[in-house]
Amino acid sequence: MVLELQKPRPIWQIMFSTHHTDVGLLYLIMSLGFLFLGGALALAIRAELFLPGSQIIGDAMTFNRMFTVHGTTLIFLFIIPFASAVGNYFVPIMVRYKDMAYPKLNAIAFWLIPPAGALIWLGFADFTWYATPPYSIISAPGPAADMWIFGLKILGISSILGSINFVVTIMRCKHPDMSLGQVPLLAWSFLTSSLIILVAMPTFAAALLMLLTDRLGVSGFFNPAMGGDPIAYAHLFWFTFHPEVYVLVIPAIGMMYEIIPRFSRKPIHSYQSGITAFVLLSIVGFSSWAHHMYATGMSFTEKTVFMVGTLAAVPASALHVFNFVATMWNSRIRFSTPMMWAIGGIALFFSAGAGGVANAAMPLDFTTHDTYWVVGHFHLFVMGTIAFGSIGYLYYMYPYVTGRMYNETMGKVHFVMSFIGTVMVFFTQHVLGLYGMPRRIYDYPPIPEWITMNQIASIGAMIIGVSMAIFLANMIYSAGKGKPANIEDPFGVGGRYYYPFEAKNPHH
Amino acid sequence: MAHSAWPEWIYVGVVIALMCWVGAEAWEAERLVEHYPEDAHVIKVTGQQWFWTFEHEDGTKEIGELHVETGKAYKFEVTSKDVNHSFNIHDYVVLMDAIPGRVNHVWFAPDKAGEHDIQCREYCGLIHYNMRGKLIVEDPSS
Ligand code: HEM
Ligand SMILES: [Cu+2]
Ligand SMILES: [Cu+2]
Repeated sequence: MVLELQKPRPIWQIMFSTHHTDVGLLYLIMSLGFLFLGGALALAIRAELFLPGSQIIGDAMTFNRMFTVHGTTLIFLFIIPFASAVGNYFVPIMVRYKDMAYPKLNAIAFWLIPPAGALIWLGFADFTWYATPPYSIISAPGPAADMWIFGLKILGISSILGSINFVVTIMRCKHPDMSLGQVPLLAWSFLTSSLIILVAMPTFAAALLMLLTDRLGVSGFFNPAMGGDPIAYAHLFWFTFHPEVYVLVIPAIGMMYEIIPRFSRKPIHSYQSGITAFVLLSIVGFSSWAHHMYATGMSFTEKTVFMVGTLAAVPASALHVFNFVATMWNSRIRFSTPMMWAIGGIALFFSAGAGGVANAAMPLDFTTHDTYWVVGHFHLFVMGTIAFGSIGYLYYMYPYVTGRMYNETMGKVHFVMSFIGTVMVFFTQHVLGLYGMPRRIYDYPPIPEWITMNQIASIGAMIIGVSMAIFLANMIYSAGKGKPANIEDPFGVGGRYYYPFEAKNPHH
Repeated sequence: MAHSAWPEWIYVGVVIALMCWVGAEAWEAERLVEHYPEDAHVIKVTGQQWFWTFEHEDGTKEIGELHVETGKAYKFEVTSKDVNHSFNIHDYVVLMDAIPGRVNHVWFAPDKAGEHDIQCREYCGLIHYNMRGKLIVEDPSS
């Protein structure tokens, strides 16, 4: 048996390796590093908003840079690389192949990310995670803005390379005895999300280049002063990034498809409807992008089209929820840490979707758009669903990666605190939005309701912060000192842990 | 494992029905909202970093403050001089992006005298947080 951290190897051996579990380990450690960096920014933002007036962040520009880098980091440097970590570890094993299809390309896709992360963090741009022109062209200070653009460009290339690898590994390299209809749902989630990336990402790549040349003053695609149109950028951006939200959420759902049946000690309710829902989401997800743009002055007809496109994707998301609940129904659930995270994640997924439907209904969106409601909405996805699914899965794969068990009590405390904190922060932000508080503001007038809601949210954030410290301690301590895992069945749920782990691919 | 599929079909049916209902209600409401009253007074709204300028039909201009009267309808023609902003009177659900090179429309009809906040809801840089104004609704003087 080969477990990564059990047999110590010099760090450079892992760094220069192209083996899928080594690349997976690199993805894992890097993404967790960025989780904590981005999380620290969030805590600073919440501390600043605890009261009106300036609290801990000296000036508005620093604040604006912080929320920009916070969002960029957690989406592109935590969520996506974390999913790649899981995919690298398990997709080859699930399709019974010796490695990823293109191991060198795989390592390259990983090594593109640290320089991109460095560009984003050293630049510290301020133009929000969507870099809207003309602000991003005529007003955002360089070189931060240009560094961000280059950083995103590199990340786009990395995710395209990574996606090609997943698609080829699953479609072409799976064991000949295995049909696509037998590939586990987690691998299906990587297949569908990778296909979305391949279709969606080039559009944004083009938009970024146009943004850059606009900044350099040699073109005016999005600059009204030169006859361009900022709305064109918004379409290009959201054509990529609405589908991209499914890229973020689908692998997390896939991880829950591993956890839920395992700890319910029952097969998944319907494998077939899991696949159907993934495929539907990845197609219908392309018909809703301009629901982010209702207030840009679109015509009634345009708005209607995108509302219908958005609502059409909801049944597919809802299918997953049904599948999970039906699997847990009448089963002997074992409430270990991974299962608690998965169940919490499903509950928050449901609430997030309900809020999304309100956004989609066009007249309601004029109340919620660009208020804290939207911040609450998508954080119930990115934090409540995706981070919850990912962290649950991290606990689940922990024995596999380290050969040891984490501390179960600390894992449960981590969950309970994070769950309470998440509800406190993001449900409250929905209410703040209804009170009319705009997002992305450094300071706010002393309206009593706003102050109360902001304080609840800030305290919730601190609770999450403390729980994450417990998490970090647990991960680091247990990697060296945790009790050795019973690798056949570390969670005592019966059946085999994971895929025949002896079949784990030897290092080459 | 054999299980019956009908609960899933019923569930999907219910979700689809709900979405159709939400969509139909939203469509109907938005259609009414977008029906501009013919006699609406036009107010030109211009956003720039980081304040709002208003121009009434008779040519009077106001900065940061906007005076209107109850019982009348107003149509805003919203644009921007520099970067994107979003013109927002939350209490009256007035929200429209102010985009350079474009003129967007939105209307409202204040029904009660009072003061309301005007704010910018689209990120526009350094003082975005304080790009605020006041709407003052008065009863007609005569
Ligand atoms: C039931 C499914 C969903 C519906 C109906 C929905 C609907 C919407 C709508 C209409 C908006 C625009 C709100 C506005 O700006 O006024 C929005 C924003 C957003 N949604 Fe969702 N959404 C859904 C699922 C998701 C998922 C799965 C994610 C995954 C991560 C997600 C992430 C986001 C993000 C990041 C934004 C805001 C982006 C920004 O303005 O910064 N949504 N959603
Ligand atoms: Cu969207
Ligand atoms: Cu503004």
